[in-house]
Formats: sequence, C-alpha cells, structure tokens
Amino acid sequence: MQENDNRSHEHDNDENHDAAHEDHDTVEHAPEHNGDDHDAHAHHHEEGFIRKYIFSLDHKMIGKQFLIYGLIMLFLGGGLAMLFRWQLAYPEIPELEGQAGRGAKPLPFLGLSDEYQETGEPKTWADRYWEKVFDSEETEWTEEFIPAGVMTGAFYNMLFTMHATIMVFFVVVPILVGAFGNFLIPLMIGTRDMAFPVLNMLSFWLAVLAAVVMVSGFFVPGGHASAGWTGYAPLSVDPGWTGVGWGLNLWAISLLIQGFSSLVGSINYITTIINMRAPGMTFFRLPLVIWALFIVAILLLLAFPVLSSALALLIFDRLAGTTFFSTTAGGGGDPLLWQHLFWFFGHPEVYILILPGMGIASELIPVFSRKPIFGYRSMVYAMIAIAFLGWIVWGHHMFQSGMQPGMGAFFMTTTMLIAVPSAIKTFNWLGTMYRGSIRFTTPMLHAIAFVSMFVIGGLSGIYMANTPVDVAIHDTYFIVAHIHYVVFGGSLFAIFGGIIFWFPKMYGRYMNDTLCKIHFWLTFIAFNCTFFPMHILGVGLHRRRIDNPMATEHLFGFEGMNIFITMSAFTLGVVQLILAFNFVWSIYKGKVAEKNPWHVNTLEWEAPTPVPHGNFAQIPTVYRGPYEYSVPGEESDWLPQAQPEHAPASAGD
Amino acid sequence: MVQREMEIAENRPFSNAKLGVIILLGAETMLFAGLIGAFLVYRMGNATWPPLSHADIQLPRLVTGINTGYLIISGITMYLSLRMIQIDLPKLFSNVLLILTGTLGLVFLIIQGSEWVQLIGKGLTLQSGVYGATFYVLIGCHAVHVFGAVIWLTIVIGMSLAGRFTSDNHTAVETCTIYWIYVVALWPILYFLVYFA
Repeated sequence: MQENDNRSHEHDNDENHDAAHEDHDTVEHAPEHNGDDHDAHAHHHEEGFIRKYIFSLDHKMIGKQFLIYGLIMLFLGGGLAMLFRWQLAYPEIPELEGQAGRGAKPLPFLGLSDEYQETGEPKTWADRYWEKVFDSEETEWTEEFIPAGVMTGAFYNMLFTMHATIMVFFVVVPILVGAFGNFLIPLMIGTRDMAFPVLNMLSFWLAVLAAVVMVSGFFVPGGHASAGWTGYAPLSVDPGWTGVGWGLNLWAISLLIQGFSSLVGSINYITTIINMRAPGMTFFRLPLVIWALFIVAILLLLAFPVLSSALALLIFDRLAGTTFFSTTAGGGGDPLLWQHLFWFFGHPEVYILILPGMGIASELIPVFSRKPIFGYRSMVYAMIAIAFLGWIVWGHHMFQSGMQPGMGAFFMTTTMLIAVPSAIKTFNWLGTMYRGSIRFTTPMLHAIAFVSMFVIGGLSGIYMANTPVDVAIHDTYFIVAHIHYVVFGGSLFAIFGGIIFWFPKMYGRYMNDTLCKIHFWLTFIAFNCTFFPMHILGVGLHRRRIDNPMATEHLFGFEGMNIFITMSAFTLGVVQLILAFNFVWSIYKGKVAEKNPWHVNTLEWEAPTPVPHGNFAQIPTVYRGPYEYSVPGEESDWLPQAQPEHAPASAGD
Repeated sequence: MVQREMEIAENRPFSNAKLGVIILLGAETMLFAGLIGAFLVYRMGNATWPPLSHADIQLPRLVTGINTGYLIISGITMYLSLRMIQIDLPKLFSNVLLILTGTLGLVFLIIQGSEWVQLIGKGLTLQSGVYGATFYVLIGCHAVHVFGAVIWLTIVIGMSLAGRFTSDNHTAVETCTIYWIYVVALWPILYFLVYFA
C-alpha cells in the first residue's frame, strides 16, 4: 500500500509532507497513544464485529451500510417493476365491433411448458417447481393474483405503488443522501467524523426499521398499499375503495419512521457542514457535491415534516375515525388538502432526488476533463435557486385536480423558471468538458450519461409544466417517461458513476473495469429502449393503468411497442446483476487501489486507503478551491486542496 | 496536533449541540406549519366555527388563557435559570428556577388534560368532524412536545442537582432552554388560532 501511495503521489509527498514537517515530531505517534487528550478517536482500539460492522458509529461504515441497504432495495423495487411490465406487454384484448378480440390472453411464463400452462399438468422440472412454490394447495399464489393468466387490478395497483415508494424512499434517497452523504461529507470537508455519530447510527437503524415495516406490508391480509405512491385521498383513506387494510397503515407508519430517520440525518449533515470544516475550507471552497448535500439536507429537514403531518392525519383518518381527508357526509373533510400537503413535500423531494446526482456529476466531470469546473459559484447559486423554486411549484402536479386558473398560470410560470438554473448547470458541465483532455473512464461515461439523460428529462418537464399540455398528457406514459429520465437517467447514472469512482476509497480496491463498461453500455441502451418509447405512448394518450391498455381503438397500434418496452425493461433489470456481482466480487478480489487513483484534488483522497478510524493522521489545511486542474505553470495537471503553496512569495495575496 | 484540533473546535461560533437543536426547530416549525395549514383550510371552508353541526360546543377560553400564562411564566423562569448559570450565581437559585419551570410545565399539561376530559364528556371527540379532529390533533401535538420538553428538563434538573453545570460548561441546559422557549412561544399562536379563530 505504502509503495503505491508513494508512486502516485511523488510530487504530493515531496511538497505536502515537507511543508508539514515542522509538525511531524508531535504528529507521528499521536493516533496510537495520547492517553490524556480530549480526542475520542485518537485512542481508538480495535472493535468487535458487532461494533465495527453492525452498530458502527463510524461515518464510513454507516455510509457503506446505507449503500448496501439501498442496493438491496433497488433489486426489490426493480423486481416489482418487472412484474407489472410483464402484465402491460400482454394485456387482454377485448372484442370490439369489427375487430376480433383475443379474450383474456394469459401471461407467458418463461420456462414453463405449454402443456402445463394449458392443462395444469406439470411436465418438466420447472413446471413442478413452479407448482410447488406458487400454485400448490396451500399457497395458490397464481390463483389469487393472476387468475386466468391476467393480473388482478388490486395486485397491479399494489405493484406500481410499491415500486415507486421503494425506489423513491428506500433506494435513491438512502444511496444518494445516506450513503454518499455519510461517506463523503466528513472526508471532503476534512474532519474526523460526523457531528453526532450516535444520531448517525440511529438514522441508519431507523431506516432499516422503516424498510422492515414497509416490506412486512406485503404479507398482511388485503395486500400492500395500492393508492399510488402519492396516496391520493380519498382513495387512501377508505379501505372500501382499494380493499387494502393494514397494508396502507403500514405504508404510512413506515414513511413516518423514514421521516424521523431523514430528520436525524439532515440535522447531522447540516451541523457537520456548518461547524466542522477543516481550517481554510471556506464555504466557497467546498466541493460541489457537498454543496448539493448541504442544500438537500435543508430540503429534507423542511420538507419531510410536512409529509409527516399529512401522514399523521391520514393515519388518524384510517384508525381513529377522523374525517380530515375523507368524503364522509357531515365530516367536513377535504380530499384536495392531502394533495396540497403531499406535493408541498413532494416537489422538494424531487430535487432531493436529483441535486446530489448533480453534485456527483460536478465532481466527476472536472476530474476526467482535467479542467476546473466552469462557473463554480454559478453552480452553487443555481442549486440554491432550484432548491428555492422547488417550494413554490407544487401546484403543477395538480393542474387536473381543480384549481383556480390564475393559480395554474402562477405554477406554470414558476415551474418554467426552474429551466433557467437547470440550464446554467447543464451549460457549465458542457463548458467544463469543452476543450478538456477528457478521459473516458467508466465514471466519466456515467457522468456524461447523467448530463445527457437529464437534458432529455428536463426538456420533457417543460412540456408538462405547460398547463394546457399537461391537461392532455396528465397521468399518461409521458409523465412516466419524464420521471424515469430524471430519476433513473439522472440520479441512478450518477449513483453508478459515484459508486465506481469512490469504490477505491471505500473498499481499497477497484471495481472490475471490463464488467463496469459492459454494465454501463447495456444499461444505457436498455434504459433508452425502455423509457424513450414511453414518450410516444404518452403522447398517444396511453394512461398509466391496468384497465385495459388495449380497450380503446387509439391504443391498438401500441401493443408491439409495449412488448418492446417490456423486453427492454427485463434486459435493464438483468443487466443490473452484473453490477451487483461486480460490486461484491470487487470488495474481495478487485485490483488493489492506490491512495489517489484518479488524481483528484479533494480532501477525501488525502486520507490513506483504506480510510482508518478518524480519517486523517492530521486534520488537513485547505489552501484552494477543489477544482484546480491543469493550472498554467504547474508541473502536474492537478493541485490538491491540501497542498501548500510551494513558493512563499505567492502567499502575499 | 490535539491542541490544534481543539483550537479548530473552539473557533466555532456555535457548539454542535446548540446548532443541532436550532436546526431541529426548523423541522418542528414545518411540522406545525403543515398542521396549522390544514387547520386554516378547514377554518376557511366553514362560514362559522365551530361548524353548525357543533354549534353548542364552547371551548374553555378563560381557563386556557390562565394556563397560557403559566406556560409563559415557565419560559421566563427557564431563561432566568440559564442566565444565572451563565453568570455563576449560587446553584440554589438556578436549581429552584429549573424545578419551578418543570412544575409549571406539568401544571400546564394537567390542566390541559382535565379540559380534554371535560370536553370529551360534553361530546367533543376526534370523530366530531374536522372541528374536533383539528382541535385534538393540534393541541395534542403541542402537548406531546411539552411532554417531551418536560422529560428533557427532568434530565437537565438531575444534572444540575449533581452540580454538572458551570458558567463555561452548560450546553445541556442551554439546548434545553432553546427548545423550551420554542415550545412556549408556539403555544400563544395555537391558542389564538384554535380558541379564537
């Protein structure tokens, strides 16, 4: 390890360590024995398995825990999406006048023999296994949810509700905010841990509890929540509408717990970033990903309690007989209020999902273009502007819910204003790459994919911000395409890029680059094949519901496209197994990484690999901004933040 | 090195704990903003309040007004005890004031509870339309916060009786004061909205 460090760090070691030499005598042995000091980390000793890997207080371990938690939930949420895509590709075709129907066409089961599907007599081992697990006398799983080969509406609704809920609350936020936030914030601002390590652990374990409660909802009678991830009232209030009993209660309780987890986490992030930056790390020397996480923590802090209040009222409605959102006569309830409260949280939540992705892209692009980020301050102000505008646009989700036309115009205008800071960011990323010496490493490919997919998602957003257009395309696949271009094409590509980029610092090894490249290209192609045609479906007014995509004549032409989307979606899902395999394999068998493999300026790469408890042998001092690449007159094309000025003459300014 | 890190920590304008509590209050404000927003929507949706279906209900304005006074006094005593610790007055003064604060908080909760029992007896329950539901949820949410603050204060009183606070080292009592005063300051807003709007 030490040799690797020296090799990649020749000039760094010469200058940085020499300059710090005056401190060396006192520093050298400090981490091991300093019995009478006040620094808890300095007399750290080896911890047992449980304290180290499970109830860890170390921000790096908590970050990794959040990462693995999010990746596991990613496969659960993705699996649910596969299930309803399966149904959408093979809808029943009704008989219409002058058009031969096809009746209830059973879903094709890959691997089961035709005889078994027709007669119910098992022929092959796959048939027998299927029968035993899903269709035996006791389980009758297929009988209940897919009778006669067509999914029931209740089951379908549950699938897409839980797909969205899990992806938003249990995948993207835990990975982007929980994993990257915990891992990066203390390392990048140059401190030893979070401000409140115990609260940090509490935040993770509350998130686990929320996930357990959420998953347990699948096993209660009546099935899981099926009122959409937005839980619109009165659909969500009265079990009579959906037939869902405790499933929806558990859904609401789980999100309340997740709210506590976010609250604790965001208090921790904000305090840490405000209070614990290394000397010289001014706010405008913070890496942009830290800025993004800071803004996101503020959004989470202020937005989630509004959802919590709405969820509490919903739980009262369902369990205590109140009438806040119900339409019970004489109760005085107001179903529309739920939508206002939900989207007042929901729209900032959308920026919670994308801002950290923007931050990660802003880290990767300068590093692999070997150029300073274009317009650092405008990047920060753009993020602040996006975060602020996010609070006053929630009504654009409700154009169809009944709204005074003047309010519609207000929400339309403010929504379109968001295009301005978003465009500032996009052009700054392009400006950073322009005439840079771009290195097409896999993280950079992901970052470029992020920018390009975000542009597509952003442009379709401008369409639907338009009230008259949205009235037509509301609740169609156009909206589905938009959210997936932003959250999958944006956030998830940033997540993949970030994982590959920081993996050497997290686990001390590289991920296998060949597998990463295969994963990237297959994901990129399958992603676009899955979601791009949805724009066309949406403009063709294909609504997002089970009943029945082929019921009306104007949708007949879309059957082939639906099958194509489903095939692509399954490819997309299967391809993620490559990432999962690569991730686990590389933790143990990957090529050992040196300290700073990508030649990055920011502080996390100053820490040794693997990062020890307490992160830094000595708290670094920061001398410059994070993106000083290819500085004229410098020997190397990078200038780490912690490297002192070598010529004392330049200290004059 | 250790000395350098202590200097870095001392240069902070706020301690981590104090900053954390202030940030927490931001979230609390948004929680109550959600509930108060819901209350205002229902209030504006009805020409009369209470709605005609519950026109006979009279909320106990006077008793609650006196109760409001108790809570405000507790905020003042809390602040005074913090000041006394800060300027190093004898421990007896601050201890008495802290215990007085906690007692006033408890008295507030007990009076509130007895009011609830009477109102339920008169037929105002959670199920009495949005009028009863908003009343119990808003007031109850605040009461839960007062209850939490009393528990927090009990711990602080225990620490104070054990002589843990000095003029340089009293973060626990400072953070508790911030939270207590927030909960006290919130009450008059709720009192005005729920009892007089």
